[in-house]
Amino acid sequence: MSSVLCPEIPAPGFSFENCRRNAMLEKKGLSIPKAQKTGTTIVGIIYADGVILGADTRATEDTTVADKNCEKIHYLAPNMYCCGAGTAADTEMTTQMVSSQLELHRLNTNRVPRVATANQILKQYLFRYQGHIGAALVLGGVDSTGPHLYSIFPHGSTDKLPYTTMGSGSLAAMAVFETRWKPNMSEAEGVKLVRDAVGYGIFNDLGSGSNIDICIIRKGTVEYLRTYDEANKKGEKQNSYKYPKGTTAVLTTRVIDIEEVSVRRLDRVEAMDTA
Amino acid sequence: MLQQKSTYTDYRNNAAIQHQFSPYADNGGSVVAIAGDDFVIVGADTRLSAGFSIYTREQNKLFRLSNTTVLGCSGCWCDTLTLTKILKSRMQMYQQEHNKTMSTTACAQMLSTMLYHKRFFPYYISNVLVGLDEDGKGCVYSYDPVGHCEKRTFRASGSAGALLQPLLDNQIGQKNMLNVKEEPVTKEKALSVIKDVFISAAERDIYTGDSILINIITKDDVKVETFQLRKD
Amino acid sequence: MSILTYNGGAMLAMKGENCVAIAADRRFGVQAQTLATNFEKIFEMGSHLYVGLPGLATDTQTVMEKLRFRKNIYELKENRAMSPRVFSAMVSHLLYENRFGPYFVEPVVAGLEPKTFEPFICNMDLIGCINQPKDFVVGGTASAQLYGMCEALWEPNLTPDELFETTSQALINAFDRDAVSGWGATVYIIEKDKVTIKNLKTRMD
Repeated sequence: MSSVLCPEIPAPGFSFENCRRNAMLEKKGLSIPKAQKTGTTIVGIIYADGVILGADTRATEDTTVADKNCEKIHYLAPNMYCCGAGTAADTEMTTQMVSSQLELHRLNTNRVPRVATANQILKQYLFRYQGHIGAALVLGGVDSTGPHLYSIFPHGSTDKLPYTTMGSGSLAAMAVFETRWKPNMSEAEGVKLVRDAVGYGIFNDLGSGSNIDICIIRKGTVEYLRTYDEANKKGEKQNSYKYPKGTTAVLTTRVIDIEEVSVRRLDRVEAMDTA
Repeated sequence: MLQQKSTYTDYRNNAAIQHQFSPYADNGGSVVAIAGDDFVIVGADTRLSAGFSIYTREQNKLFRLSNTTVLGCSGCWCDTLTLTKILKSRMQMYQQEHNKTMSTTACAQMLSTMLYHKRFFPYYISNVLVGLDEDGKGCVYSYDPVGHCEKRTFRASGSAGALLQPLLDNQIGQKNMLNVKEEPVTKEKALSVIKDVFISAAERDIYTGDSILINIITKDDVKVETFQLRKD
Repeated sequence: MSILTYNGGAMLAMKGENCVAIAADRRFGVQAQTLATNFEKIFEMGSHLYVGLPGLATDTQTVMEKLRFRKNIYELKENRAMSPRVFSAMVSHLLYENRFGPYFVEPVVAGLEPKTFEPFICNMDLIGCINQPKDFVVGGTASAQLYGMCEALWEPNLTPDELFETTSQALINAFDRDAVSGWGATVYIIEKDKVTIKNLKTRMD
């Protein structure tokens, strides 16, 4: 995009232009604020026909809940999904970038991408940033070599496991897996196990909460069950707090009328702008 | 967010290692109190927590000091236990010395003195003392950890205090509204607002939840009520 | 003290029935000292698209200029208006580019989708993590107070008039309990055929 006409559009990659200013502000005693974290319980298991991933849906900013229904199971490829814990923006952006790299890889090789490939891309990317990109991931998928499940840590180390948990609720969820997981479980059994593991995280860990999302990846098919279970219902309010018109004191009012703009489709097909 | 302390021994510097003991814990919890002409209602959530874990889901944070006085505490739970233990024995001593129960106003003053007595190693608690005064009118006293005391008609404090207080200002204090009749708050209105503010707080504050315990104090008796909140 | 509380400011956006509201206070201050009471934090980015940038005032203006620049380039190249969804993605990427030296703003976007006129709101943290709920979003130094107000006041299917009252009351009562925001407020009600901008009478202390 960068050209003589618009020199301000920067080169790809991170920009460090504010770093010195921010360091100066920090030295003057103004602390750097915290980014949104996903306190999180994320889990994954391998069962008879594939992989099941599960996640809660709470995002926290310190001790307040910033998002009550966020999506923590991210799409990577048609046969691969990835749960994210840690700094919310990092998990979101990292999975988006890897997803696009995997698609390009698929187009280049004309093969379904392998889970090991995604794992390698992710760990190399995270290792390069030495843990400063705070993404803890559970990667699951099915490829030509069968089902695979990896857990990836922010510094770039990875584990390949039959069942795994991550995030602040990982201990609660792992307790469930350690007692009940066994090889070659049926799908119904597996979903129940994942639901319960995330549920234990939601109820026993304050950083996790709200609903349960589940993603079942089989060979050839994927079932993404967004809000599989609503673990907690919001309380019923006693009163309605609607105000009668004119309750708020107004100083001035200005109205901008918006004319309807009609958009006409061109019959003639224009060539794509490839400048 | 940005800087994580390096955990690698190779990168440790040679500065002196500082050992520190932190005497306080934050166990969370919120208290809301609303006073009316002939009653006062106080509610507290029943979750006791530390860090990201829950200690118990059914902790009563309201302390009956007399038939017309109740104290709601949130903050450091061990300090709460100690403070209320001393408060109760001082109340008993007063009773036996003067052969009458301490009034709410006297109790409020005593609490302030007790808190300030530990000015340089304070009890880390936000207290809300409620009760009926000598005329039978509801009153709410709120405190900071070192004994500053303020009398008002409604108050929210604790971990979700910032979330709850503006709604009380608006619904009970009738702030920022035109064309509203000034009328005393009814018991029913106060009770429903307390439940609603806790529903809101449980949605957004991770330290508030499970259920609330409500004490409704009138000249005849103290009614106790519970109300369920979300448990996550 | 955090950099985000250096200048102060409160921001809120809410969804209604075929309309959205975005509102902010008007204070510009340096820590406890108020310097101006006519500071704009909400900017028009299209006929049905507004963005609010609470946080460090210098970054509010810098980020606004950068966003306007990128939006204009997009509109010149594409010859069509930017939708709120695309705009939010652009804001998010701008902030994430500066992941390791962030701009100290927590943007709030409110608007109506082109053609369908479906309400759209979202907010982000300072490094661009998008949060897109069905009811309301908040930002700035009074966010705890705003969360408490909005959770109680918001209900589905508010008409433009009801939405105005609900948004205004939520904002005013919230920032009255915050020392570094307030001193007047502006509310934008965005509807299909018009945008109504109202300045509110509030406490000035």
